[in-house]
Amino acid sequence: MTGAVLGIVFLFSMVIYLALSAGSGSIIFWSIGEIAFGILFATISAVIACRIFPALGLKPRVALLNPKRWLLLLAYSFGPFLFHLTKANLDVAYRVITGKIRPGIVRISPGLRTSIGITMLANSITLTPGTLTVDIDENKDLYVHWINVDEEKDRMREICHSFPEWIRRVAE
Amino acid sequence: MSWLIYLLFGVGMAFQALGAIALHRFPDVYTRLHGATKCTTFGSMFIYLGVMVYGMTMVLSGDASFMALPFHVAIIMLFILITNPTGAHAIARAAHRMGIKPKQAVIDELGEADR
Amino acid sequence: MTLFDPGLMFLAGSLVVLMLICIARTILGPTNPDRAVALDTMNTLVVAAMVLLGTSFGEIVYIDVAIVYAILSFVTTLYISKYLEDNA
Repeated sequence: MTGAVLGIVFLFSMVIYLALSAGSGSIIFWSIGEIAFGILFATISAVIACRIFPALGLKPRVALLNPKRWLLLLAYSFGPFLFHLTKANLDVAYRVITGKIRPGIVRISPGLRTSIGITMLANSITLTPGTLTVDIDENKDLYVHWINVDEEKDRMREICHSFPEWIRRVAE
Repeated sequence: MSWLIYLLFGVGMAFQALGAIALHRFPDVYTRLHGATKCTTFGSMFIYLGVMVYGMTMVLSGDASFMALPFHVAIIMLFILITNPTGAHAIARAAHRMGIKPKQAVIDELGEADR
Repeated sequence: MTLFDPGLMFLAGSLVVLMLICIARTILGPTNPDRAVALDTMNTLVVAAMVLLGTSFGEIVYIDVAIVYAILSFVTTLYISKYLEDNA
């Protein structure tokens, strides 16, 4: 458990440090000093995280490191998410120009269990057509502000599209 | 290559402008958040893409000081994409807990749940 | 090597005009959350302007400053909304 936290935090710190110091030298992209400092700082962050994370009640989920999930995450961000993001912005642009709105707050139950999954879904639907997450309750039901309420159509389909199925495969 | 940069910057600036105008077009906090968050996030993404393409063309034309630019801008883009909706969610929740009702609302299930 | 690119400077200047529009909402805003929304929008615009200026002058360090600004502005937004919530 402690080892998992140590490894994960070290890996992420190292990746971010290397991305920030890219182009500094001749070993592929980096100089030897930058790599040494990266390892030093990543180790310090990992040791601090080991002290803090258990006190906050955070448990590492090693299953999320599976490369298949990361590939799915990439496919999700560049496939359905990007498509709906573009659609959302054209939709909002239309509403900014014409001023046609029919707002309301509705409740949906996506049926995701983990907090990382529900966070991903909430952020995704905030950035997609006409919806904005307002609140969440104990059963992980989301309250969503909907800019153009349509009572006739299926609510889950209209707000979430195919996001819950994707996120279930990525993060559950 | 330069027409691609102009296109990316043009689309980005148009969406940023829409985001700023949305603050004045909509009647209440929630609808303003819609316009502001979505349009500025999307506009920023296009501007950052434009900057990345610009940096790459500078590198190709022999200016090595722009080598690190795409990496840094990619980090900032990822970061904006994660933090902007989270901040919008925090403001929306604060507004609702303060008791601000959505204007012109046809339905408010959260208000009913609180009662 | 160019010292700075006037086109990118012009874009950053247009972003400053958009920031002025947001400041108008910060002053007008009938409620405090309205002001918070305007501030949040303004932060996004400031980060974009910083990136454009950094590219225009060819200084990568300015973009690191923009990263730190983005992180701090996110924390500020969360802090303001927490404050508004507790004062409700």
